[in-house]
Amino acid sequence: MQTFFQQILNALQLGSVYALIALGYSMVYGIITLINFAHGDIFMVSTYVAFFVGSALMAYAFKLPGLITFLLTMLASMFFTAFLAVMIERFAYRPLRKAPRVSAVITALGVGLFLENFTLATIGPHPRFLPPIIPVHRFTIFGIATSNIQLIIIFVSAIVMFLLDTIVRRTMVGMAMRAISWDKFTVPLMGVPMDRIISITFALGASIAAVGGTLYGFVYTIDPYMGIRIGWWAFISAVIGGIGNIRGAMLGGYLLGLVEIFTPVILPSSTYRDFVAFSLLLLLLIFRPYGLLGRPVTMKV
Amino acid sequence: MKRLALLLGLIVALSLVVTSCAPKPGVIKIGVNAELTGGIPVVGQSCKNAAELFVEEVNKAGGIEVGGRKYTIQLLIEDNEDKAESAAAAALKLHTAGVLLMIGPNASRNAIPAAEVAETNKMPMISPWSTNPKTTIDPKTGKPKKYVFRACFIDDFQGVVAAKLGVELGVKKPAVLFDVASEYNKGIAEVFKKTVEELGYPVVAYETYTTGDKDFSAQLTKIIASGADGLFLPNYYSEVPLQVQQARKLGFKGIIFGSDSWGNLELIDLCGMDCDGLYFTTHYAPDIATPQAQSFIKAYQAKYGKVPDDVAALTYDAFGIAVTAIKQAGKLDREAVVEALRKISRYEGVTGVLEYRGTGDPIKSAVVLKVDVPGKKFTYYTTAKP
Repeated sequence: MQTFFQQILNALQLGSVYALIALGYSMVYGIITLINFAHGDIFMVSTYVAFFVGSALMAYAFKLPGLITFLLTMLASMFFTAFLAVMIERFAYRPLRKAPRVSAVITALGVGLFLENFTLATIGPHPRFLPPIIPVHRFTIFGIATSNIQLIIIFVSAIVMFLLDTIVRRTMVGMAMRAISWDKFTVPLMGVPMDRIISITFALGASIAAVGGTLYGFVYTIDPYMGIRIGWWAFISAVIGGIGNIRGAMLGGYLLGLVEIFTPVILPSSTYRDFVAFSLLLLLLIFRPYGLLGRPVTMKV
Repeated sequence: MKRLALLLGLIVALSLVVTSCAPKPGVIKIGVNAELTGGIPVVGQSCKNAAELFVEEVNKAGGIEVGGRKYTIQLLIEDNEDKAESAAAAALKLHTAGVLLMIGPNASRNAIPAAEVAETNKMPMISPWSTNPKTTIDPKTGKPKKYVFRACFIDDFQGVVAAKLGVELGVKKPAVLFDVASEYNKGIAEVFKKTVEELGYPVVAYETYTTGDKDFSAQLTKIIASGADGLFLPNYYSEVPLQVQQARKLGFKGIIFGSDSWGNLELIDLCGMDCDGLYFTTHYAPDIATPQAQSFIKAYQAKYGKVPDDVAALTYDAFGIAVTAIKQAGKLDREAVVEALRKISRYEGVTGVLEYRGTGDPIKSAVVLKVDVPGKKFTYYTTAKP
């Protein structure tokens, strides 16, 4: 039983990161029906920003308390990553908004490749850890081993997701976002600045991925190709939850965290992990193509 | 048009002058197939560094004499991206470029497919670091390959050394966590399991993961639940720190030890104090270097500012063996070089004495090193003779 709860905790840590990234996929899809395949690599860039900012803050030690350094690192990463995403949207996706949808998807793949190889060429292929901004404390509660970092990951993710949910449901910007995703022809006529709202969506999605990226870098190594697999998994999370649906993306993220942890527990090897995840995706696409929390789309012809 | 013709004429004339003035020695092309990018970039970098150092030394000394004529060495370095298919493609590319022989790849998951290409194309290949037995064995006949050699011991030996090390360190209930998608990790894990069980200590958990995984908490939780008191991690330096940290975080208190894939100082940078005092088996120890090895270590340090790791030392030896064979062959012919390589029975390299008994696999001793994190080095612990 103890082992089971330990595995649940392990899954929560991974699921939090997947959920944070899945949100970016889901929001962008919701607003411009584009699957932003560069999102996994935007996440990768965010971990590198956190790595450099964090290292700089540690090295030129203003002797700040760990928590403040952590928040500064995360904010810097969020800000830079949001800026990057807005630039990508402005220069790579906006000119294609009226083009066939597949052009934009291919462009997204291209942007992803560019980010990977640019990072590889400038920073190099060596795996790295974020510097120990917050010293690790390991302890056990009720026989379940955990650490302060793990709890930070789980709680910070939850808080950020709650904030995002509030922004989308309770603010004017959120209302504009939902309105555009509802009808992108009429809503601009009502005076909603569509371009600006789309930029804000990209910025929000990327900065949430940056929260995930900063947290991820504390416990896992980072490298230029890390965005590929995580990006795929987050994408599956978003689809399973119902792409375009924010709460669905969160649910999907945690679900895939469970898949990743419990595959090697139940099946003989973690090699079956992708098989399980993609089978789940296939089954869902067959029986509930709009995802767990999504609504079926009705189209008038 | 006229001016273009004049220009072309000038170029031709100039190039004639240049070639006639060029120094007499010919050129031997040697290919290097290394993991410069991908999961284990430091391995490729060490291999490249040692190759360039060796070639620089040889060329500075006037090149090598083959059949009465002096030749300098020209390196062709290909990145195999630490992928099986790219390693095979790089081998083919080097073959097409007309190299006399190929050094590398290093990781067995790349060396095995590249060795297939080398064998079919009759291109001599020496892998510095691939310890998996399959590299030099023909999968169809089960006999040793004709064109493939290596500079390191094989895992049939290393797995035994690791198993004995575990028992010596007091492990009673060993567990293994290894990459099931990588040839090296899988091969040595199997030998380890077989040997410890023969020694009377059944493996209590035999867990696997897939190349590129970063979260091992599920498998490690299972290992801890099995009551293991020792954990063998025959995995690459870029993954071991995550495994050690996650095992300790989940509350694993037992002994952790590993194999030659740990042997890079990057391990210490990534892992921190969690890896302090852990043991692993490897090819050579800078602490107990012979005079020959010391001069190599000195030259390497002067050029790159760090102590050469096992990959660098083995690459240097692979080149040493290659050049010895080329000299003995007396001509720049692949068949003659392979014949000469077969005839080498003993080679004294920087990683110790290599004894070949008619196959491409040398017999040599292994060492056990201990990770010293505060000192940022690996210290010598013991030697295991074959």
